[in-house]
Amino acid sequence: MSKRTVQFSIYRYDPDKDDAPYMQDMSVELEPTDIKLLDALTKLKVKDDSLAYRRSCREGVCGSDAMNINGRNGLACLQNIDELKQPIKLRPLPGLPVIRDLIVDMTQFFKQYHSIKPYLINNDPPPERERLQSPEDREELNGLYECILCACCSTSCPTFWWNPDKFVGPAGLLAAYRFIADTRDQATNERLDNLEDPYRLFRCHTIMNCVDVCPKGLNPTQAIGKIKDMMVRRFV
Amino acid sequence: MINRIVVGAHYGLKDWLVQRVTAVIMAVYSVLIVAVLCAVKPSSFEAWQGVFANGLIKFLTFLFFVSLFYHAWIGVRDIWMDYVKPVGLRLTLHVLTATVLVGYTAWAAAILWRL
Repeated sequence: MSKRTVQFSIYRYDPDKDDAPYMQDMSVELEPTDIKLLDALTKLKVKDDSLAYRRSCREGVCGSDAMNINGRNGLACLQNIDELKQPIKLRPLPGLPVIRDLIVDMTQFFKQYHSIKPYLINNDPPPERERLQSPEDREELNGLYECILCACCSTSCPTFWWNPDKFVGPAGLLAAYRFIADTRDQATNERLDNLEDPYRLFRCHTIMNCVDVCPKGLNPTQAIGKIKDMMVRRFV
Repeated sequence: MINRIVVGAHYGLKDWLVQRVTAVIMAVYSVLIVAVLCAVKPSSFEAWQGVFANGLIKFLTFLFFVSLFYHAWIGVRDIWMDYVKPVGLRLTLHVLTATVLVGYTAWAAAILWRL
């Protein structure tokens, strides 16, 4: 890859200065070693240090730099910059209040995540070593525990846009199934009770935007389906 | 009243299940009725009436309509729940939808059994 100039159109909003958000055209010259979108953002930040975005690990593990890239949610650190059509349009994650530029307020997202009690509930006295699982039981947790809570899925979900205060959202429901599926957890019934609600779980209309955008390749829709399966098994 | 978010109505599974079951009933009926009409080929009003005079067809047609209206109830109610935020307006729309669908069910029965 050679040196190249990349054009951007970036959502800017500073509530202290701006009356309304606006799109700002920016460009940056990249070195051959600049591969990911986050590399370009780092360079842009040097040019204009008023540009605000979150970032931390720069390798798709922390989930901080989730944003709307050319209309699709994703992680800036995993997105190859040369695969994007220019000008690259960057917006904050949709459906959440904007704090500044590409930074959104994730309070609602985490509130939903906490509402499913994202921790193991087991009232037995802890064994001397760890609580064991069979390899088959452990297998079920694959595709669930890898979620990094970047919020790409929930903020691409129209149902979450309409009812962020009531619908748990794909990320929360994936995490819910992660604990429902865990054989070491003893609160399965309470967890299912907690989700049996026309808003919390059944607002999901299997639109599957969540599956489409997940940067970790996870499948929240399938997890939601499995929660429904378990409810049916309990019911009939 | 303090505006607190209340969730936890503890229903939804039955509706979700019923929506799937009624979809299957409608799909099976659609194939069946097309097969029957292809076999009988009713060319006049009397012949058409004759097809639906059959007790089993009459029952299955009514079952289809009940499934359709129940299915529609859940679907339309979901639309109100998604997009209509004021509780009073939403409740009114729920009641209107349910009333219309119950009316349709009675109407379907009247049409079928008047034959």
